Amino acid sequence: MRPSAARLLNILVPVKRAVDYSVKIRVNPQQTGIDTNVKHSMNPFDEIAVEEAIRLRETLGASVVKSIKAVTIGPPKSVDILRTALAVGADSAVHVALPESAPSPEPLAVAKTLQALIKKAGDGESKVDMVILGKQAIDDDLGVTGQMLAGLLGWSQATFASKVEVDEGKGEVVVTREIDGGGEEVRCKLPVVITTDLRLNEPRYASLPNIMKAKKKPVEKLSPEDLGVDYTPQLETLKVTEPPKRVGGGKVASVEELVAKLKEAGVTAA
Amino acid sequence: MLRLAARSAKPLATLRSASRTFATSRCVRSERSPASLDTFTEEEQLLRESVRRFAVDVVGPKVREMDENEMMDPSVIKGLYEQGLMGIETSADHGGAECSFTSAIIAIEELAKVDPSVSVLCDVHNTLVNTVIRKYGNKEQQDKWLPLLAESKLGSFCLSEPASGSDAFALQTRAKKEGSHWILNGSKMWITNSYEAEIFLIFANASLIKGYKGITCFIATKDMGVQIAKKEEKLGIRASSTCTINFDDLKIPEENVLGGEGKGYKIAIEILNEGRIGIAAQMLGLAQGAFDKAVPYTFERKQFGQPIGTFQGMQFQMAQAAIDIETARLLTYNAARRKEEGLPFTKEAAMAKYWSSVVAQRVSGQAIEWAGGVGFTRETGIEKFWRDSKIGAIYEGTSNIQLQTIAKFLQKEYS
Repeated sequence: MRPSAARLLNILVPVKRAVDYSVKIRVNPQQTGIDTNVKHSMNPFDEIAVEEAIRLRETLGASVVKSIKAVTIGPPKSVDILRTALAVGADSAVHVALPESAPSPEPLAVAKTLQALIKKAGDGESKVDMVILGKQAIDDDLGVTGQMLAGLLGWSQATFASKVEVDEGKGEVVVTREIDGGGEEVRCKLPVVITTDLRLNEPRYASLPNIMKAKKKPVEKLSPEDLGVDYTPQLETLKVTEPPKRVGGGKVASVEELVAKLKEAGVTAA
Repeated sequence: MLRLAARSAKPLATLRSASRTFATSRCVRSERSPASLDTFTEEEQLLRESVRRFAVDVVGPKVREMDENEMMDPSVIKGLYEQGLMGIETSADHGGAECSFTSAIIAIEELAKVDPSVSVLCDVHNTLVNTVIRKYGNKEQQDKWLPLLAESKLGSFCLSEPASGSDAFALQTRAKKEGSHWILNGSKMWITNSYEAEIFLIFANASLIKGYKGITCFIATKDMGVQIAKKEEKLGIRASSTCTINFDDLKIPEENVLGGEGKGYKIAIEILNEGRIGIAAQMLGLAQGAFDKAVPYTFERKQFGQPIGTFQGMQFQMAQAAIDIETARLLTYNAARRKEEGLPFTKEAAMAKYWSSVVAQRVSGQAIEWAGGVGFTRETGIEKFWRDSKIGAIYEGTSNIQLQTIAKFLQKEYS
């Protein structure tokens, strides 16, 4: 029997294989989406999530952060990013395998998958206490999965985190959130869903010895049927186009001229 | 892409006839399904990505400064150690990453895409120093030196002298046995990493009358009294330290003899073969780095109403440069894989080194021209690749020596 005060942390880190940030995005000829035959890598915000989980273990100690599990949903290629997560310090990984031709899962389906995984982990030794994921994926910029997951689970949520402090004794997490006005501090009871923002940390590189160690770490493969989740898209993309080309601007000589031009363009109130 | 894991038997007839017609060396290929030459294991791919990011993020911002100051930034060396890149093939027991030779080649290539100076530091340390100790050291020597090299101490390979470069085994540094020590006297020149190194592999002749058969390899540490003299001011790879070092009655304990007295010749010959592939990888990365810097610019720079990269003349040049790089790449990686498989690779290594250095010169020179005036200024770093490439035809076996090595094989085969 464990004293209820000190709760060991099992952290789940969902990661997405997204279009690499350095790729020059092009709309496909059918205008149904972007050309995905390009370089992919782990979503940068998810890298920050993995890094944060590892840093929590480094700060709180391995006796507090019991396990860090990475999970991804996608075609066979997605296993690459799980390997990267293992190489920087995650202990184990789960691949929810979708067929090669399947469309990218929608946020609600992702959230339901994670919910099913958390339910599958149960209430015992493997109980998930914390989910850390990126605030959004850089290819679709939807930014809703974390919030949906917290809603489905009925857990606390702290989004756009720029600082995370865990008090495992009290079973609480204090998160500084990046908001338009600056920073907001929220105190959440465990279990909690945290989504990461850019300034939370700077992810480390996978060093060569860790890449070799990662070979031995377990990757569990699951199918949608195992979790009872339906990935049928609920949204239909009608059309994708590039933003209109920028036309040249003009120089103005004075503030009055600037205001006049803004009024002309209908940008200001008359 | 993970072809190495799954190998199935292929009909022997097709393979054997091909290899009889074209092969110049006996090889055993019966059990494998041949894969394309740019097939890499998952670990190798992960490593490539990791080194690439490290090179771009950590080394990249410091490249110009290191070049202008002719000094390697200690934080870069520290970063290489932290990434586990200084013991790539060393066994895990000795603190290394226990990776394949190709993994080392990948790391050297990726580093060279950003800075050939950093790449050569890593190359010499791994493919020359680490490998010599791993291959020829006895258990005590391996247990003592490999962990130090993998963790924090930089190594240096000291063979060349003022009067012996290509004619390496005419070296004059003398070693005299006195009780349980060897006393070394002489000078080495053109020694890479020497300014920062703490561990030196020194080739000295213990018995000059025996000629090359007296050459012996010694492990020395800086604090034994290795004197770093003149640091060369170079055209290229300026951040890589190249010094003359002197030994004035340098006292080395007898347990620091590697491989036995008189074995130095064999050690040097064999190790330089492998080292050649490392330099091929450095030159390959250099060519790719220059190409990658200049070509995007050609699609941004507009003249006569269109990006200069869309003019046919430019396109033909870029296509030819891309072909050149691909040929260098295939030569380099094939030589690396042959070595891994235990196949003879001397000729292929010489070809790879020779050709990669030619390609590096050519492509980096073109890269400057494609970028025009901007390519000629030091600000963009394109001209640095061209300056760095010149050494490719000179060190670790001059181009003429490579050609002679290849010709020897041809003569043996065809006459």
